[in-house]
Amino acid sequence: MKTDKLTIGGHEFDSRFILGSGKYSVKLIEAAVKQAGAQIITLALRRANSAGEGNILDYIPEGVTLLPNTSGARNAEEAIRIARLARELGCGDFVKIEVIRDSKYLLPDNYETIRATEVLAKEGFIVMPYMYPDLNAARDLRDAGAAAVMPLASPIGSNKGLSTRDFIRILVDEIDLPIIVDAGIGRPSQACEAMEMGVDAIMANTAIATAGDIPAMAEAFKKAIEAGRAAYLSGPGRVIEQGGAASSPLTGFLQEEEEA
Amino acid sequence: MTQAQVQKQARSSHMEYLPDMEVLKDSDIARQVLSQMKAYDYQVYSAADVKQALSADSRGLEDFKALLSPAAAPFLEEMARKAQEETRKHFGNSVYLFTPLYISNYCENYCVYCGFNCRNKIRRAKLDLDQIEQEMKAIAATGLEEILILTGESRRMSDVSYIGEACRLAARYFKMVGLEVYPMNTEDYAYLHQCGADYVTVFQETYNPDKYEMLHLAGHKRIFPYRMDAQERALRGGMRGVAFAALLGLDDFRKDAFATGLHAYLLQRKYPQAEISFSCPRLRPITGEQETSGETPAVQNRMNPVSERELLQIMCAYRLFLPFAGMTISTRERAGFRDHVIGLAATKISAGVSTGIGSHSETIEEQGDDQFEIADGRNLQEICQAIRGRGLQPVMNDYVFL
Repeated sequence: MKTDKLTIGGHEFDSRFILGSGKYSVKLIEAAVKQAGAQIITLALRRANSAGEGNILDYIPEGVTLLPNTSGARNAEEAIRIARLARELGCGDFVKIEVIRDSKYLLPDNYETIRATEVLAKEGFIVMPYMYPDLNAARDLRDAGAAAVMPLASPIGSNKGLSTRDFIRILVDEIDLPIIVDAGIGRPSQACEAMEMGVDAIMANTAIATAGDIPAMAEAFKKAIEAGRAAYLSGPGRVIEQGGAASSPLTGFLQEEEEA
Repeated sequence: MTQAQVQKQARSSHMEYLPDMEVLKDSDIARQVLSQMKAYDYQVYSAADVKQALSADSRGLEDFKALLSPAAAPFLEEMARKAQEETRKHFGNSVYLFTPLYISNYCENYCVYCGFNCRNKIRRAKLDLDQIEQEMKAIAATGLEEILILTGESRRMSDVSYIGEACRLAARYFKMVGLEVYPMNTEDYAYLHQCGADYVTVFQETYNPDKYEMLHLAGHKRIFPYRMDAQERALRGGMRGVAFAALLGLDDFRKDAFATGLHAYLLQRKYPQAEISFSCPRLRPITGEQETSGETPAVQNRMNPVSERELLQIMCAYRLFLPFAGMTISTRERAGFRDHVIGLAATKISAGVSTGIGSHSETIEEQGDDQFEIADGRNLQEICQAIRGRGLQPVMNDYVFL
């Protein structure tokens, strides 16, 4: 287990928990780092360009990798502009692409996301696109130079868990990049289930931000993610459906033909 | 014919566009809002409808109607709980801060309920660009990063290029620039967007055209349909977001609140990228000690005042129907009310408010009278303290101009 690192764009991380950025508070960041052991924290550039008290950058401890996101972008061009601005502000080469042109559901636009990924990857960014879990889009993102793909589990902020379970599983099977589940994870058990499936990391925000006890919930997520990862690595047993597989096999009638 | 009808006939039609007004021929949003509002009978909703609306996973128009109905009144506590849940889900513990800046109070409209109306003998003033900059510097020095620029509705005294220059200045001092000015054409909005503005607020006042006609006796503002399409023109002009409001109490507040929510809902469906938000101003009942909010008692008595309880019901109904929408709580409300609705339904609160002209900077002598008396005069520090006191986080900016 000691060598089990999460590698994104050549950078290694021990933690498989990433703190999202939608609902930010100082308390949440502290809890994410201390109790959940987060080594990557996303931040919305639109929050980070604030002066004075509002500048969330001041609250992120040394040694934590910043993952600036492009929230606020409604198309590829806007995402590209925000990513470049983030780099100019000293936020590093990581960027999480978010292109959203729907203020109600906040669903990502895969097509525009692919376009932005292509440009930014060429410019040397470590691009982590937030996406709707569609296999073809994920392949295009990979081909465009993405360093990971970040499929949503269910609508952002909904805390509904793995609504897209089967489609994320397909990405786990088919895409040889880190798969990071982003958005919709509401409970530690859901994070655990995703990790068991073979997802590489979990991004969460609302679930912890809105918990009654933020530090305790942060710690619960850490444990759940670790448990899920351990289960995945140890190879979960086969799920036996409806009364067990051994009773009256359908192929029991076959006679072994003797060789002449 | 009654005397009122005779008087009405003598006035210009409030439904006919003036020559310089752009008509959105291809939009039927206003028609849809008006016909559905007309058909909305809030008396038919029962406690069972309200319960169903409360327990629904995602809520539609019928749920919204039930939540605005009198049948929902006994469920206010439950509505508040659900509203708080939704607010938390969509906004976390963030509470956004801004302040309005009145740069001119010249007005050429005769709105019988408004302190700025052209028949009122108040001190009129218009800040020049130097004065605007002084005001902005003074506001920016407090730490605020979002500003809402307001003018009285006089295109002659505060023309589009004047507002544009104010926006350019504002973009230097603030991260987010909003506008609450008279409705204008798409190309004007596009120009102001270029100048740095990105959010447009237009209060429809009332969505009932007949009542609207009686309250807006003269001026550009009298033209009801032009005002109603303002948000759509603003979005076509490239603005990121638009805000909606009825001045609750001018007419039947349930119908007006319904129309406001529906208007926002339909526009967001048509322009899915648009950010939408609500403001919730009201005419309040007059009691012995209560302050009026700028309206004369005679005017208020003809209206249908809205109690705090009813206002909260409306705010919760907006939140439950459109959980992703922003919501601003007016300084017309007392501090105790404002502090409790942030994080519950409201997401944005003003601080350090003055509705006078030239009242932020010490170097400008206040020149123009206030539009209305504010009920919460706390400065930014005090408001931030109140926000933190409720376990919430003051946020100066969550925005990037693109």
